[in-house]
Amino acid sequence: MKTIITAAEPNLKSLMDLRFGRCQYFCLFDDANGGVSFIKNEGQDAQGGAGTKAAEKMISLGVKRIISGDFGPKAKELLDKFQIQLIKITDNNKSINEIISSIK
Amino acid sequence: MRVFSLSLQKIISMPRRRQPRKIVAPPKFREYRPYGHQGESTGTVELLYEEYESIKLADYDGLSHHQACVLMGISRPTFARIYESARRKIAQALVETKKIKSVFGNVYFDRNWYKCTKCHNLFTLPDSIHERLCPMCKSNKIEFINSNQ
Ligand SMILES: [Zn+2]
Repeated sequence: MKTIITAAEPNLKSLMDLRFGRCQYFCLFDDANGGVSFIKNEGQDAQGGAGTKAAEKMISLGVKRIISGDFGPKAKELLDKFQIQLIKITDNNKSINEIISSIK
Repeated sequence: MRVFSLSLQKIISMPRRRQPRKIVAPPKFREYRPYGHQGESTGTVELLYEEYESIKLADYDGLSHHQACVLMGISRPTFARIYESARRKIAQALVETKKIKSVFGNVYFDRNWYKCTKCHNLFTLPDSIHERLCPMCKSNKIEFINSNQ
């Protein structure tokens, strides 16, 4: 199953990015093979619709679960429709590595 | 992806309106009234839902203003303005023995979130997921955050 964690920087020591639509990077973790990759969020500087753009990206990647600090209403509506599980982490000092180890 | 680009177009061309503030649950009261005060109660202050939420997040849940503004989906200056207004209203009500009435304001409710009582993270449970467990710590001590409105 593919999980996305929003990341501030493209490495495992990075902190989670609190914003979904306007995060810096998406960290893609696939528990089928343990693979981790980082994808730059091209839509982070969009004038409007950053959340929708990011949600569309998640759908095209076939993601089943997203971990972030917060989700906007439009992104949430779309992701709910596609049965993608959303997780809001309340502790904003967690590294990507820590988050991955807790869902492995 | 055609459907998506169309819906995106629609969103961009929509006229800009004031960003509604996101709140998890409305206040559980309609009015607070002074009791045992001297003289007549002297009127009412109207506390907006978003003002109540700002006080709850910052002073009851103990979040930083940064965390609080992210949760409400607004900028930090906007949060600071709402929070300041909430505090002034409550102070005025206490000093001048006014009623505090909760008023809807400019908000929408963030629905369908579950909370893990063990690790405090929030999550959704789409129909495709059958086990009712916290996805982060696997605890079954989860509760639905009901926004009864
Ligand atoms: Zn948990």
